[in-house]
Amino acid sequence: MKSNQSVISIRNLVKTFPMGNREFTALNGINLEFASGEFSGFVGPSGSGKTTLLNIIGTLDSPTEGEAMVLDHSVKLLTQKKAALLRSQKIGFIFQTFNLLPVYSAAENVEFPLLLQKMGGEARRKAVMEALEWVGLSDKAKSRPAQMSGGECQRVAIARAMVKKPEIVLADEPTANLDAENSHNILKTMVKLNQELGTTFLFATHDEKVIGYLRRIIRLYDGKVAFDELVTKI
Amino acid sequence: MLTLKLALRNLLGAGLRTWLNVFVLSLSYVVIIYIHGMLDGWDVQAKSDMMHWQTGQGQLWQKNYDPLDPFTLQESFATIPGELIPSVESGDLAPVLITMASFYPEGRIQSILLKGISENQQVVEIPTAAFSGGGADIPAVIGKRMAEANKITVGDLVTVRWRDANGTFDAADVRIAAIFNSNVPTIDAGQIWIPLRRLQTMLSAPGKATYFISKKSELLNYSGSDWVSKDLKSLTAEIDQIIKTKSFGSSIMYVVLLLLAMLAIFDTQVLTIFRRQREIGTQIALGMTRWQVVRLFTAEGAMNAVLAALLAAVYGIPFLASQAASGIAMPATTDTMGLAIADKIFPVYSLGLIGVTIVVVLVTSTIVSYIPSRRIAKMNPTEAIKGKIQ
Ligand SMILES: Nc1ncnc2c1ncn2[C@@H]1O[C@H](COP(=O)(O)OP(=O)(O)OP(=O)(O)O)[C@@H](O)[C@H]1O
Ligand SMILES: [Mg+2]
Repeated sequence: MKSNQSVISIRNLVKTFPMGNREFTALNGINLEFASGEFSGFVGPSGSGKTTLLNIIGTLDSPTEGEAMVLDHSVKLLTQKKAALLRSQKIGFIFQTFNLLPVYSAAENVEFPLLLQKMGGEARRKAVMEALEWVGLSDKAKSRPAQMSGGECQRVAIARAMVKKPEIVLADEPTANLDAENSHNILKTMVKLNQELGTTFLFATHDEKVIGYLRRIIRLYDGKVAFDELVTKI
Repeated sequence: MLTLKLALRNLLGAGLRTWLNVFVLSLSYVVIIYIHGMLDGWDVQAKSDMMHWQTGQGQLWQKNYDPLDPFTLQESFATIPGELIPSVESGDLAPVLITMASFYPEGRIQSILLKGISENQQVVEIPTAAFSGGGADIPAVIGKRMAEANKITVGDLVTVRWRDANGTFDAADVRIAAIFNSNVPTIDAGQIWIPLRRLQTMLSAPGKATYFISKKSELLNYSGSDWVSKDLKSLTAEIDQIIKTKSFGSSIMYVVLLLLAMLAIFDTQVLTIFRRQREIGTQIALGMTRWQVVRLFTAEGAMNAVLAALLAAVYGIPFLASQAASGIAMPATTDTMGLAIADKIFPVYSLGLIGVTIVVVLVTSTIVSYIPSRRIAKMNPTEAIKGKIQ
């Protein structure tokens, strides 16, 4: 495991959205620190700001006020180009709706982030096969998303997020479209990758199954941190 | 490179819709090349016909000669210069003398040009050899248009009237010795060719000519005060002009076709960007900049043109090649504007034509793909990921 240095640091973060001629405050004064290798999650009712917070950490969105430092970069100050580079190299995303590129095969989907990094052909093929092995889908390398089950698609998405060995993986409701068995499957896969590669995992969820695997639970309520607890496993 | 690779992957992945666009676009390539190839072939053929029947390698004109003004023909001849006589005798230079005349086919009066040309000329294909033999009649040759228009056949006697040197009318019969078949209307319609010496005698203009047709371009270097040289290029300039006019007219057809293809690509792009916003958001999340995605989608649209070029090659090359081999049959009615036209035109496809066509199609499809793709740069990735942009 990596050292316990802080990979994400959020201070007095406020996020408002324009709503007609008013402003809607989605996040209101968030203060959080995440150390490398955490397996944590934002939990809370719908509309509490989980996705918004995850998007800001993922540099897809920017704080209205306050500071979000991700891997020593201020999200607010990043240019589009630098943010893209940071995502490309150090941040992996897993979505509720899988978001695989529909015309690509499983292997091509996993390959995509490596193509963006301009990794050479041989190393790329090896990394893709390795990532598919992590999620137990070596035999589906050539399948298209339409030919795979939801659980398989989400495992491809995990392989795609993990193939570049990012520092942080952000997973927004990764199990919402999966049945119980598949949910446990992919969660176990992520726990394993978290332990083997030391990747920091950050979830947004209200799924009890996911919550059961988290080692730190941050409860959001109305855009505020209502509760932040470490889970001590027996 | 990456952009092109991903664009190709996306496009091929899209399947039928891609091939539909690609097919329409490939038709544009083939039609453009076909039409232009035909016009270029016509140009080449018309020039070659003109060279063989009318202009030779160039002409020397008596300085007053103006083919568009027949009323000046009376002052438009001069004595054949001594230096040129050897070439005339060897047949390399064909002197031609022209006068206005009239004749009476089926009782009507019709103005014609009476042209005297040397019997021994080796320059143009007008069958002057037919002048020799026969009896005391003046032998004449005419083209098939002249023959058909006036129902004249070989052996017929035709009365022609002309004004002699004193301005008084004179008349004589000419016997049609041959009817030639040429694609060049300007040496055919309304013209009767007779031996030069006969016409010189009729006009009391011995040793004189209106112009010379030359077999060798060197002979055009002759500089005498009475004669002006006209090179092949200037004599056939009119053909280029006519072909240009025609190609403008026919371009309407493929402009429409190209517009249709562009509309199809544009439409696909607009729809694609709307339908694939989740994909766009995902690509941004995975580390592409928005402009990279714009480039990717633009390349995807432009790649249609590349695939279309390949598809056009698959069916277009055999088609165009077969047309070039068998020729394109031309309707007889296209024989207007005084342009030489054969029954069949053999299209000519130059590398330049093919290159320009590909570049034009590629550039237009790139532009048409880029315009809708620009929207991506303004997309909010977090909304795009959820597929919520309207
Ligand atoms: N682009 C936006 N414009 C306006 N309001 C927004 C925007 N994005 C989010 N919001 C609002 O911010 C609040 C928080 O949204 P967010 O998506 O973060 O909630 P969430 O906790 O992820 O909910 P869920 O569990 O339903 O996914 C919601 O009330 C939402 O309506
Ligand atoms: Mg959410």
